[in-house]
Amino acid sequence: MPQIGEPAPSFSLPATDGSVHGPDGAAATVVVFTCNHCPYALAWHERIGAVAHDYSGQGVRVLAINPNDAGRYPRDSLEAMRARVEAGQFDAIPYLRDETQEVALAYDAKTTPDVFVLDAGGVLRYRGAPDADYEDPSQNAAYLRGALDAVLAEREPDPAQTTPVGCSIKWKPRSKPVD
Amino acid sequence: MTVELLFWDGCPSHPKALADLREAMSDLGLDPETILIREIREEVDAAAEDFVGSPTIRIDGSDIQPAEGEPYGLTCRVYHRRDGRISPTPDPADVREALLAAQAKPNDPVDLDPSAQAGSSSR
Repeated sequence: MPQIGEPAPSFSLPATDGSVHGPDGAAATVVVFTCNHCPYALAWHERIGAVAHDYSGQGVRVLAINPNDAGRYPRDSLEAMRARVEAGQFDAIPYLRDETQEVALAYDAKTTPDVFVLDAGGVLRYRGAPDADYEDPSQNAAYLRGALDAVLAEREPDPAQTTPVGCSIKWKPRSKPVD
Repeated sequence: MTVELLFWDGCPSHPKALADLREAMSDLGLDPETILIREIREEVDAAAEDFVGSPTIRIDGSDIQPAEGEPYGLTCRVYHRRDGRISPTPDPADVREALLAAQAKPNDPVDLDPSAQAGSSSR
């Protein structure tokens, strides 16, 4: 489980178009575990997309990862992910498939969404929710934006950690972490 | 009127849904203590109950926002607020409207005592 201030796990995962992505030394990388069927992930989705848009000029990359067991939750299938991308819902954000759930396990992801911010050296600087209230769009992903502003200015985010809020990751039976 | 809230503990939205439901019932003069709260724990229970996600609110057995075609399962349910936002809980105005509609329905005739109907209005 990565701790704030420690190197985050590296990974390479396929996107819906077959291209492969992972943390690559961008000025900051946002890794967000998300999915298609969770109302919390959907409620925060536009705010995270706005962050990707607003910070792209500052060298920030946003990587969305769907780790859910599509066998039990067909709405999280690769085909369903592809449909959302083709519908324009992931502009400038690669939507990655964590089929083995190994990346979600390595990050100890709990929910969709669960947001991690890495600095240019791959060190984890923030983990938690995008902001304080999924119901309030005016929150505008304030925790995430604050963390990015801090990382880009080489400061420590405050807060550096919040409690992720959302739907539990849908683990495959063999993947489910032991509490 | 029978009001049920079905929930799955893997989704954190049911406390807010219950609070909204209680408030709506109180506002309409209904006793929130009569809400039947039922936890759905297993997939087999979700199938048996046609449970398409948490939270689900039923009034007299009818879902306040029917979700035809949705697969049953242990998951969080997606609702749409009246302003178009996606939410894990139903719009409180929709909850209130469903309660009002149920209140306005005439009672089932088999439950009525004919002698008590004279001069009374149905609710």
